[in-house]
Amino acid sequence: MPANQEAMDVVGDYKSGWHDPENSTIRFDFGLSEKVVREISALKDEPEWMTDIRVKAYRHFVERPMPTWGNTPMLGEIDFDNICYFLRSGEGTEDDWDDVPEDIRNTFDKLGIPEAEQKWLSGVTAQYESEAVYHSIREDLEEQGVIFLDMDSGLREHPEIVRDWFCSVVPLTDNKFAALNTAVWSGGSFIYVPKGVHVEMPVQAYFRINAKNMGQFERTLIIADEGSSIHYVEGCTAPTYSTDSLHSAVVELIALPGAHIRYSTVQNWSANVYNLVTKRGIAHENSKIEWVDGNIGSKLTMKYPSVILKGEGSHAEVISVAYSGEGQHQDAGAKIHHLASNTTSKILSKSISKNGGRGSYRGLVKVSPKAENCKLNVVCDALILDEGSRSDTYPTMEVANPTARCEHEASVSKVSDNQLFYLMSRGHSEEEALAMIVNGFFEPFTRELPMEYAVELNQLMALEMEGSIG
Amino acid sequence: MEISDLRAGIEDKQILKGIDLSIYPGEIHAIMGRNGSGKTTAANIIMGHPDFEVESGRVMLSGEDLLELETWERAREGVFLSFQYPQAVPGLQVGNFLRKSVASIRGEEAAKGADFRNELNEAMDTLNIPRSFLSRYVNDGFSGGEKKRFEILQLLLLKPRLAILDETDSGLDIDGIKTVAAGVNAAVRGTESAALIITHYSRILEHVKPDKVHVLIDGRIVISGGPELATELEDNGYDWIEERAEAESVA
Repeated sequence: MPANQEAMDVVGDYKSGWHDPENSTIRFDFGLSEKVVREISALKDEPEWMTDIRVKAYRHFVERPMPTWGNTPMLGEIDFDNICYFLRSGEGTEDDWDDVPEDIRNTFDKLGIPEAEQKWLSGVTAQYESEAVYHSIREDLEEQGVIFLDMDSGLREHPEIVRDWFCSVVPLTDNKFAALNTAVWSGGSFIYVPKGVHVEMPVQAYFRINAKNMGQFERTLIIADEGSSIHYVEGCTAPTYSTDSLHSAVVELIALPGAHIRYSTVQNWSANVYNLVTKRGIAHENSKIEWVDGNIGSKLTMKYPSVILKGEGSHAEVISVAYSGEGQHQDAGAKIHHLASNTTSKILSKSISKNGGRGSYRGLVKVSPKAENCKLNVVCDALILDEGSRSDTYPTMEVANPTARCEHEASVSKVSDNQLFYLMSRGHSEEEALAMIVNGFFEPFTRELPMEYAVELNQLMALEMEGSIG
Repeated sequence: MEISDLRAGIEDKQILKGIDLSIYPGEIHAIMGRNGSGKTTAANIIMGHPDFEVESGRVMLSGEDLLELETWERAREGVFLSFQYPQAVPGLQVGNFLRKSVASIRGEEAAKGADFRNELNEAMDTLNIPRSFLSRYVNDGFSGGEKKRFEILQLLLLKPRLAILDETDSGLDIDGIKTVAAGVNAAVRGTESAALIITHYSRILEHVKPDKVHVLIDGRIVISGGPELATELEDNGYDWIEERAEAESVA
């Protein structure tokens, strides 16, 4: 199958839209079947129980109908037969950038990953197509027993831990796309932080799709043992092609008693990528799970990071921003289930739409009958930059215990001429003024990100805003 | 600044019907008038609000026609407007905003280092603004008085050649008016800057002694005079001027 030859030069303002020539070492034919699923498993020399899970998940995927909510017309356009489900580019996972094939290394150089690694990260994993091509972790963390591997290596080296927790947070029957991921997963991160260990600097995973009509299905599992803490950061980009790619990840987090996991995402897929992701964490007693989620790119994103507050005194936070431009729909939100007493949650969602883009907030907060004295706070704000753009809010609260304290605020605003005029009267051009309003709108989000990411996000936003004023 | 034969309005409605006005460096002028006389329109047109359309006339500042420039270019040329209703920008920190505004109007150098900080501290002291103000968001949740003082803080830091104050005194108590007046005096007196104070009331003019007072009625300046004109208006209202203006137009 000739791949990637006639890539389109419709990159536009999207600065990560270049692509490299494809030098795959293994490439599966387009389309999905039980045979493909078994071949992926065989190729990775997996234990039988994993093959069984994959096959079960595949069968569920086939039977499960497409979601009947969200952007169903866009979902209906996905052509599952015209996607490559596995593509290996490197020779393996290297721990030295010099050993990574040159064109791939150049790509990550351009994206600034090795530079960031030296400055402010505890560890890095870089995935290209289906598998990790680079991986490293600081020695002192390794000495403290921290495991940070790509998921394939995780399964190979720690099958007993993976077996215990895999699919324990997101069962394979959870939804159609979680089933798909479970059937064909490849890559992603596997992290275990031992009791009481605090990983001070963030670890990062970077996901890059290079080939056309590619499906990327990384699978991430993070277990923070009692009293430990970790901050995981992920970024993602892809080339701009005229045909669609599919990114469908599953992320499972387990925060054991007293642990703290923060998971930050800056999603900047090109506008031809479907981004359909299931992210969920289970929070045990007095633990804390935070999702910080930035959605800037992709064609259609459907993603609702969720937390199950299983242990008493646990806390969940989901802070998300979405930017929807021309042809884009960001259907994002959060889901929180208060199962235990004295649990607290906070959702902050911010979305911007312009040039006909559409942003949706879809949220569900549930309080179980037995969960006493829970506190919930939901704030969702939308900013619409022009007439043809759209914003919808679908907030749901199901509170089955009367002791819960719920707060909910929602706002939709438009940038007004008077606001722009005020800022312009202080010497700022129209674009600078708009950027000030937009950055201000996102400020509660960027404040939560590591400095470098906040800067990157602001730059991305400024880029997206360029030329947005007619 | 020299305004000549300025006619302007909104959509099809003419609001300013031929304004002529000259202000020289170091001077403070006041424009007084009732609601709807065109005072705020004049301020917005000098600053370049997109809703208004200029039919004819010129607004010259040091040889440059402001009407040819974009709003931000006018600001960089040294025009400042203290707004009647300052706009909130949630998430934009006051300190950050002030630094960026000083940088774009007075240049990067002016917004850097200890000099800028000293200048900022001094201006905040003049206006009794606490330091904690700097981390708040621009006009977001500000009281009426805080908004007005923030406008004057910007005036002090941006050092314009022409400052226009659009009803900055309205809604303020006497202490607030005194503070605003102190800010205006500090910005103009003893400098090459000029100010145009737009107001309903003469009270602020007791604390900022204007060199000239103009009365605007129905889009025209019908009478100009010294500070005594403001006192006369306070005592006798606008009716006598209106009557005189009508008599003149009949004649």
